Amino acid sequence: MHFEVKVEVSPREGIANPEGSTIERALPALGFVTAGNVRVGKVIRLQVEADSSDDAKSLVEDMCSRFLSNPVIEDSLVEVLEE
Amino acid sequence: MTQRVGVVRFPGTNCEFDTIDAIRSLDGEAEVLWHGQYDLKNVDAIVIPGGFAHGDYLRCGAIAKFSPIMDSINSFAQDGGPVLGICNGFQVLTEAGLLPGALQKNAGMKFLCSMQQIEFVSTSNVLGHQSTAGDRLLIPINHFEGNYVCSPEVLTQMQAENRIVFRYTDNPNGSTADIAGICNQAGNVVGMMPHPERATSHLLGSTDGNSLLKSLLAA
Amino acid sequence: MSPAPEDASVHRALGLSDDEYQRIYELLDRHPNHLELAMYSVMWSEHCSYKSSKIHLKRLPTEAPWVLVGPGENAGVIDVGDDIAVAIRIESHNHPSAIEPYQGAATGVGGILRDIFTMGARPIAVMDPLRFGPIDDPRSRWIAEGVISGVSGYGNSVGVPTVGGEIVFDETYKGNPLVNVLAMGVLPTERLVLGQASGVGNLAVLLGASTGRDGIGGVSVLASAGFDESAEDTDKRPSVQVGDPFEEKRLLEACLELLDEGLVSGIQDLGGAGITCATSETASRGGAGMDVDVTAIHARENNMEPFELMTSESQERMLAIIKPEDLAQVEAISSRWEIKASVIGRVTGTGQLRILDGFDGDVLANLPASTLHDDAPEYNRPITPPSDLAERRAKDASQGPVSCVDDLLSLLRDPAWIYSQYDHQLFLNTVVGPGNDGTLLRLRNPRNGEETGRGIALSTDGNHRWCHIDPRQGTAMVVAEAVMNIACVGARPLAVVNCLNFGNPEHPEVMWQLSEAVDGMAEACIAFDAPVIGGNVSLYNETNAVDIAPTPVVGVIGMHPSLSTPPPSIGFPPDASLLLLGQVPDTHVSLAGSQWAWEIGECKDGTLPIFDLEQAVRTSQFVAEAVQKQRLLAVHDIGEGGLAVAAAEMAIDGGVGAQIIDHDDHLSMFNESGGRFLAVVGEKLVDTFLRDANDHGVPATQIGRTGGTSLNFGSEITIPVSELEFAYQNKLPEALGLGTVSA
Repeated sequence: MHFEVKVEVSPREGIANPEGSTIERALPALGFVTAGNVRVGKVIRLQVEADSSDDAKSLVEDMCSRFLSNPVIEDSLVEVLEE
Repeated sequence: MTQRVGVVRFPGTNCEFDTIDAIRSLDGEAEVLWHGQYDLKNVDAIVIPGGFAHGDYLRCGAIAKFSPIMDSINSFAQDGGPVLGICNGFQVLTEAGLLPGALQKNAGMKFLCSMQQIEFVSTSNVLGHQSTAGDRLLIPINHFEGNYVCSPEVLTQMQAENRIVFRYTDNPNGSTADIAGICNQAGNVVGMMPHPERATSHLLGSTDGNSLLKSLLAA
Repeated sequence: MSPAPEDASVHRALGLSDDEYQRIYELLDRHPNHLELAMYSVMWSEHCSYKSSKIHLKRLPTEAPWVLVGPGENAGVIDVGDDIAVAIRIESHNHPSAIEPYQGAATGVGGILRDIFTMGARPIAVMDPLRFGPIDDPRSRWIAEGVISGVSGYGNSVGVPTVGGEIVFDETYKGNPLVNVLAMGVLPTERLVLGQASGVGNLAVLLGASTGRDGIGGVSVLASAGFDESAEDTDKRPSVQVGDPFEEKRLLEACLELLDEGLVSGIQDLGGAGITCATSETASRGGAGMDVDVTAIHARENNMEPFELMTSESQERMLAIIKPEDLAQVEAISSRWEIKASVIGRVTGTGQLRILDGFDGDVLANLPASTLHDDAPEYNRPITPPSDLAERRAKDASQGPVSCVDDLLSLLRDPAWIYSQYDHQLFLNTVVGPGNDGTLLRLRNPRNGEETGRGIALSTDGNHRWCHIDPRQGTAMVVAEAVMNIACVGARPLAVVNCLNFGNPEHPEVMWQLSEAVDGMAEACIAFDAPVIGGNVSLYNETNAVDIAPTPVVGVIGMHPSLSTPPPSIGFPPDASLLLLGQVPDTHVSLAGSQWAWEIGECKDGTLPIFDLEQAVRTSQFVAEAVQKQRLLAVHDIGEGGLAVAAAEMAIDGGVGAQIIDHDDHLSMFNESGGRFLAVVGEKLVDTFLRDANDHGVPATQIGRTGGTSLNFGSEITIPVSELEFAYQNKLPEALGLGTVSA
């Protein structure tokens, strides 16, 4: 079966996130004074072939730990969207 | 004794010939090692040079770590062979797990190309044979992702083991503990963000990179 | 007389006039079909055919014994000795950058690099003269930041250093930025290849990225039902081209390897008008014809129409002409560099460009290849000087609120915030990099990397203020300024490339500006013995029918004959003599066209200071030789902002002040008379130096001494160097970045 999978890669808690901080510094200048804790990561979408939704998920989680994210600085969240 | 240095070329690498020119100007021998091969051609030392291996897509060094040559470099390093990663090469070494930590975007969110002063913190590694701790060098940096991060435990351990090789005297990119370069426990694998090959001629404004490359050639 | 087309709205919607349609009818002796019309429309566009400017460009000098390839090829090429050749080209990417600044600039860099490696040269330097709207206008700042990031993102990643450029902010570019890019490469002379197809039966191989619907904006009307612009499906027809520097890097390395292996008899990059241009240009240059199979083109999307495939401007593609027996080797090299290679064409002896639906399939288009280029229309558009010219020239540009200290501080601007985002050191050649007068690179042998002991100097310059007042003298002064810049690093000029950025050619005043600028450029290039070996014309730079100020930009390339030590910096050393070179005493001096007059006096008119071209030639030659002989402790040419800004930059760079005699009024501090330098020599050498200058017909006077911690003009004006430095360094980061340098 084909599964559409979404991976959200985000900076780990406690790791500085220069992109997020830069956006955070820029927001007040545009009048958005109530925003904070901006974190920038990335979203990866891919299709995989697997027997079940759970298999698809664990397959992509394996990809994350070895390749799609760097565990030193990033966390990843895998979500199977549809068959 | 003339040392032979292998300089790794991934698609997207761009400092390989600069590195080779710099090594040759110091009477070393140097040749290109293609990323898709396993053969290290019996070289005495390896440099992973700067550039944008695989376009730096996904993360700097993330795709490069799967190239066949990285398996051979891993074994070479385990056996004590000298390995130097410069800039993108440093990023590849951290991704490949040969050095701890990671390099993320500069705190200023800008690419930075400028002459930078760095200080030798520890000389107990393949780059330090011609220097003493506290020596200050002028060496250019050229990166967007040079902001070194690691866990507090790793930092403490590296400090205890004398593994911080260089620190910036005026931190340009937000690196943890001003780190500009580190080494592994044995001191044979070094990663640094500044480009020693760009500081090898008075016409280029500095010759401070020569002592580092000479040390590598003598390693 | 030919019958009218069935539907005149088709060719009109494609931008072809009725006269141009008739011309196509006569060339084909029949009505063209839609695909053929699309091909003519892209090739006969202003952008590809130079139909409005060609008649004027013929007046430029283009020849010299050292010129190997002049205008008309992908890049100009000169011989620099030791069987080494240098290829150079400049191009504009103004309109794409106005829409999508990052990608506009990025694809501008990508395009110019392909022009260089098309000639068989490895690109080793990029320069980027950039012009934006006012720095206090948010949209202009957004464009500036995007363009700078685009140059940085693409140039750094593709691995070619950006070694210099310019940055200008002015009202005239609001809504229409100028993004010009120059690239230079070196090659062993014997590897020089031209973009031509010859040898019947040879194959045309399309290398690199897949072809998508990028940049087909102009002809996309063919896809919509009623040729009604509002019916255009913009989602499906993106006109923004997206650059991929990693694809370009692999393409570059693969092409250079193909050339090294001698596998390519002709090669052509795909730029404007895409495959139509590349196939027809190579065929007609080689006196051949070509059959092109549209189904063989590797496409990014399904169901692309032949006219889309033929006119797409997708980036990172090249067309190589090879022998059939070399195909396997070409494919092996392509696959090693992970780039796609498809045989899309065959060279024929017919002179016809045929577009086929499969090599044995239907003929979709069939036209004489050369007609797309050689028979493009050429217009001698009406020329009229502005009606208020005399009135404008009579104005006095020295009026305005004068505060010499504040004015000087406000005119200072450090470009370091920009160029520190560019890799300007790759390849270990950069002796003098961005932020100085001229760029100086080591010239090394491309065969083995060995030093030749010589240097290549580069400078780009433009000045819309001078050219607005007097496009002819202004352009001559621009050329002189570029030559003076390279004189500061010890080089004499060899050749010029130009990028002519002008407004709408249908306005007779714009054509007058263009014609005058060409004449001024021709005069200066002849005087400096530096022919024009290539260029680009960018017209229709206008916003809401208001034309930009005329902005011819030149790139000058020169040679330093014996490079053993770096040339002097611009920084003041302490306790030495400061000399002014090139100023004729008691001549008409004017602030007209100066940065002061535009930004502070708010007068854009007047009459330019008298400019003595021959004296500028003598002075720059004298300075270049003095630098080569290491007689100068510091040198800087006087350009934008006049003597005061030049002196301030020297003080900031050296961290040392100076006492300047007189020159304490705004006229003498800020006027921009051409052909002048500030030079610093050791005290004991002053008399000899002044005598030598006099012997060479170069006016020279000692105007002060360096030293101290403040810059003083006369007895009244004193500014601490630290204050100059603060104003200088923080201007751009404050405006463009977040925070200041020190943050």
